[in-house]
Amino acid sequence: MTFRTLMATAGILALIGAGASAQTLVYCSEGSPEGFDPALYTSGTTFDASSHPVYNRLVEFETGTTNVVPGLAESYEASEDGLEYTFHLRQGVRFHSVDGFTPTRDFNADDVIFSFERQRLADHPMHNASGGTWEYFDGMSMADLIASIEKVDDYTVKFVLNRPEAPFIANLAMDFASILSAEYADAMLAAGTPEMLNQKPVGTGPFRFVAYQKDAVIRYQRNADYWDAGKPKVENLVFAITPDASVRYQKLKAGECHVMPFPNPADIQAMKDDPGINVLEQEGLNVGYLAYNTTMAPFDNARVRKALNMAIDKQVIIDVVFQGSGEIAKNPIPPTMWSYNDAVEDDPYDPEAAKAMLEEEGVSGLNMKVWAMPVQRPYNPNARRMAELIQEDFAKIGVGVEIVTYEWGEYLSRSRELDRDGALLLGWTGDNGDPDNFLAVLLGCGGRGSSNRAQWCYEPFEDLIQMAKVTTDVAERTALYEEAQVVFKDQAPWATIAHSVVFMPVRPEVEGYKVHPLGGHIFTEVGLSQ
Amino acid sequence: MIRYLLARLLTFVPTFLGVTLISFAFIRVLPGDPIIVMAGERGLTEERYAELVTQFGFDKPLPVQFWTYLTGVLQGDLGVSYVTKRPVWDEFFALFPATLELSLCAILFAIAIGLPAGVIAAVNRGKLFDRALMSTALVGYSMPIFWWALLLIIVFSGNLGWTPVSGRMGLLYFFEPVTGFMLIDSVLSGQSGAFGSAVRHLILPTIVLGTIPLAVIARQTRSAMLEVLSEDYIRTARAKGLSPLRVNGLHALRNAMIPVVTVIGLSVGTLLAGAILTETIFSWPGIGKWMVDSIFRRDYPVVQGGLLLIASMVMVVNLTVDILYGFINPKIRARK
Repeated sequence: MTFRTLMATAGILALIGAGASAQTLVYCSEGSPEGFDPALYTSGTTFDASSHPVYNRLVEFETGTTNVVPGLAESYEASEDGLEYTFHLRQGVRFHSVDGFTPTRDFNADDVIFSFERQRLADHPMHNASGGTWEYFDGMSMADLIASIEKVDDYTVKFVLNRPEAPFIANLAMDFASILSAEYADAMLAAGTPEMLNQKPVGTGPFRFVAYQKDAVIRYQRNADYWDAGKPKVENLVFAITPDASVRYQKLKAGECHVMPFPNPADIQAMKDDPGINVLEQEGLNVGYLAYNTTMAPFDNARVRKALNMAIDKQVIIDVVFQGSGEIAKNPIPPTMWSYNDAVEDDPYDPEAAKAMLEEEGVSGLNMKVWAMPVQRPYNPNARRMAELIQEDFAKIGVGVEIVTYEWGEYLSRSRELDRDGALLLGWTGDNGDPDNFLAVLLGCGGRGSSNRAQWCYEPFEDLIQMAKVTTDVAERTALYEEAQVVFKDQAPWATIAHSVVFMPVRPEVEGYKVHPLGGHIFTEVGLSQ
Repeated sequence: MIRYLLARLLTFVPTFLGVTLISFAFIRVLPGDPIIVMAGERGLTEERYAELVTQFGFDKPLPVQFWTYLTGVLQGDLGVSYVTKRPVWDEFFALFPATLELSLCAILFAIAIGLPAGVIAAVNRGKLFDRALMSTALVGYSMPIFWWALLLIIVFSGNLGWTPVSGRMGLLYFFEPVTGFMLIDSVLSGQSGAFGSAVRHLILPTIVLGTIPLAVIARQTRSAMLEVLSEDYIRTARAKGLSPLRVNGLHALRNAMIPVVTVIGLSVGTLLAGAILTETIFSWPGIGKWMVDSIFRRDYPVVQGGLLLIASMVMVVNLTVDILYGFINPKIRARK
């Protein structure tokens, strides 16, 4: 075939094969999932491909919000002391069939118990089956929290806790708490292939897993027996794995996919101008910050930290680094989260006052390190540039900055160290919509040497967040967290920099897509107009 | 010839061991702890960290870890990926055909255009065609792959709509891989239009990946040809009144082939390096992207196993090139 005939054939075939049929929704995902068992992993890419389409949880986050709504449990009640939670399960829910497995029974209490016990009990036959690293289950301290899980009857399960913990219900809506089929696990274990749970997922979710080709495509089909009537809306769901953002944009334009995540900030304006693309946007549930090492002089002095915060011109950072896709952060939790204290006043940008304050504290000729992450994150699309802007700002008050950076793994590991030098740029994206997930994880005493990068442990703050953790009344918790934010602002362990805005370009025929604040890409309620 | 082959094969053993050691050391020399990378921003408790260290065997001394790895390799066990929990072999063979298919197409494309272009340039030395070709080759050689790929996508897929943007196959076609080569599997699937879709998806990545080898082959062919064309026996051939085609095509080209074949052999390394970028841009599910992801995740078994398999392939290709020398130039064969 000559090149010319090749091109001619290509052109004709392109016309025939362009796009996909109306019943197939194509999502240009940014990467391959690590596997399909959401409890084993922590990345959003994996959750998008596993927990969202294939599985359900006892309770779910309502898409587009952080509200917790019933899932596989129709209702639940908590005991007075907050130590017992009883769940009443939905009846008549079918698990999916896949090659080599057809369920013989409906979803029941055994599946709930299996899904948690495999993560909790080291002697459970499935505990080590897939190399068993239950990062989220451990990370959310579920193992210490749960005393026992009891089957009351086939459709009632009771969780007994070791201590009252208010975020428990929100935790159960998280991806790691997805409900798997105990029957499937038994069958695979008997066949000597327990790893199948991670390769060919069986769940109760809106879509049934069909096939996966690594780095290429994942295919799902509508679960016709789905318990939530009328959902999902499309017959087929296809993930076309497309790692490069510019290429995703081209595919969206060419109609090769309907929805794409993570556009390049530089492309957003062009997308908004394109009549063939709708750009949805929502504030992300995240925060980008500069964390001082509060155990090292002079950063152990709150007034020094405060002075440095006052020297940072955040508006410039928003304009330059986020190119408008962000907003200034004044609190450590984002404004979309309940208990956000809008009454807190941000430190004013005032280099003169900052300089005077440093002098008052006897700090002069300060040279410090600012750590810049080597990777792009929604809460910080360009840490190097952000560090350079901070360097310029600090130079104005006579503080010299040396920017350091390491390879990502090294960065994470070195930045945890208690005697780390200087201040570092990092951020956080919420897991469960609970303020505890920001304030306790990132700023609580227990997180020092780990996720608390400021190594900050301040008793008045700690008391507030611990009290909020064991209180079930939301109004009381809100008051406690609001106060904690005031303490935080006063003590300034971080300079809070920005919350990102998440942009989601979709084609005009896409109906009902909601940007999810927790970062997931969910297609249960999405339809396509003809 | 058989003795020569055996001798060559024997040199594989130390090379193989060396590669095993280097790949083992390489990933460990890189800063960054796989457990920390896995935990990401959220970090993990010290007890949990200690538990995982034991689980992955990092608590054992390095020589012991290497010995465990080496004995595994000799038994054909490359280990299991930390991330996907699947055997490295399985992952490699699921992805390798995609890389091989693309690389073969790219090298064929490079030879099909580079070789005649080099010959024509040499025959027309100093003329316009020669100058134009050599400048173009220089541009092609220095072209940043990323930019070149995006440019082609924007023009041919975006504006003209002739080729698909990325991937290996239209999403309308769905069949289980048999050989892993899309050109073959699409025919086997019996779905009409699938083969055409596979071809269209191959066009742009082939051009992008083949550009650098094409430039190198064209330049190498030209200079090798020029050298041969100035030889006495070419003048004799011309003096005998042989047709230019016969002189250039048979007498000159065959003698110019040795350096050209060497360059083609060496291009395999370039292709694999180029494949990393090409595969990322065109969402091509091959081993280039797999290796890069694994390096970032510090997935030791995959990086070690992948490097070992790739190095073995390069060794095999070099051996093939050596054997080809014998066919091209009987003098080499006789010497052995």
